Amino acid sequence: MGNKILLNSREIEIILHRLACQLIENHDDFSNTVLLGLQPRGTFLADRLATLLKEEYQIKEILLGKLDITFFRDDFRRRDAPLEANSTQIDFLVEGKKVVIIDDVLYSGRSINASLAALQSYGRPEQIELLVLIDRRFSRHLPIQPDYRGRQVDVINNEKVSVHWNENDTEDAVYLTTNN
Amino acid sequence: MKSLSVNNLLGIKHLNPQDLDLIFETADHFKEVINRPIKKVPSLRDITIANLFFENSTRTKLSFELAEKRLSADVINFSAAQSSVKKGETLIDTVNNILSMKVDIVVMRHPNVGAGVFLSEHVDAKIINAGDGTHEHPTQALLDSYSIREKLGDVAGKKVVIIGDILHSRVALSNIFALKLQGAEVKVCGPTTLIPKHIESLGVKVETNLRKALEWCDVANVLRVQHERMDIKYFPSTREYTQLFGINKEILNSLDKEIVIMHPGPINRGVEITSDVADSDQSIILDQVENGVAVRMACIYLLAEQIKR
Repeated sequence: MGNKILLNSREIEIILHRLACQLIENHDDFSNTVLLGLQPRGTFLADRLATLLKEEYQIKEILLGKLDITFFRDDFRRRDAPLEANSTQIDFLVEGKKVVIIDDVLYSGRSINASLAALQSYGRPEQIELLVLIDRRFSRHLPIQPDYRGRQVDVINNEKVSVHWNENDTEDAVYLTTNN
Repeated sequence: MKSLSVNNLLGIKHLNPQDLDLIFETADHFKEVINRPIKKVPSLRDITIANLFFENSTRTKLSFELAEKRLSADVINFSAAQSSVKKGETLIDTVNNILSMKVDIVVMRHPNVGAGVFLSEHVDAKIINAGDGTHEHPTQALLDSYSIREKLGDVAGKKVVIIGDILHSRVALSNIFALKLQGAEVKVCGPTTLIPKHIESLGVKVETNLRKALEWCDVANVLRVQHERMDIKYFPSTREYTQLFGINKEILNSLDKEIVIMHPGPINRGVEITSDVADSDQSIILDQVENGVAVRMACIYLLAEQIKR
């Protein structure tokens, strides 16, 4: 099993700043925008971006939510291990809002597909965009592409991309792990 | 991630504490779901569930049906009153006929004790017991514990008294199993004729004085007097029952603490509980009904998970 670093904490910080700026370019003061982190791991990235936008870019208020997609997944009863649900925290309606779905790694696209279905429970958004830290190219099962991407990587199937955050780990870093 | 230790939900007796925790954690998620603007998830969209009610029910049947529909399952309903059972068909035949229609889960209420266990041994579907005679009613006990947990934070260490017709009550038996499993202290209170012999062997204490029972407890679960199951007179009159075991505002106000009042429904207002108590802030009767849907969603979801494709 090999471990290769894809992004270190310095690179992640630069990418977060770039993603924040790209979001500002399209969403101005965020008055009609909602950031939605996907549970469990997309929420760290969403929290970081929201904090960054508020503290470094003087955005006053950001609607930030956490969306759990467990009950909307298409692999229920098709996996060996049972699915584990997380909490959803959305204290607002997304009706008429611009929604940015945020996740750490885009792989098959199935989680995003499920999140689009889950989002319908909260109203009809004006527009939905997708932001990911890592975009694994050539591995999509569905026609889904990100609007904002931190880094695009070419990874083969027996390799795994794992994103570590200070909040749940000891460091900010992205690793590529090979299972042989 | 965990799964249930059982393949069917036949009674609390077959569950372990981890099962209860898992059901309650899952119910937390579903309670959030049923409070969304759109109260539905697609998890069970290729699962068919038959609700077989060989005995009357309003609340439980509605609650199960709603839970199934909130999970996007296909639902068929059957009540014995309008069926071939009246024409002499046996239980197995009825159920096998329904299973031939490719049903994955059966929710069954039956007047005979052990009907669920019997069925689970003979048919190839997940069985959920929605009440078998005077034996068990597991989902009611689960939603009762869930409601206590929601109101008081935990069930362990709490003192719960079950008041009324213990002898004929499946709610009482399932509740005793569930509460003991979670480490609560349980007393039963009612006329001695309506308390089963040897009930102490389940680890509960008997108290025939209502005031003493209420002074002792944190939670009072008040049961209905089940006239329909009584073939003989168990107490002289309804009026006497009300005087000795009816919960009213006066007796609650005379206690030095505020206890939680529960009732599985249907309520006989003015008999086992007065209207001002049933409708007071102390009562969590309507929370029990809401939680019933979430808890039943959790039970169905966790069993459906075991049906592999």
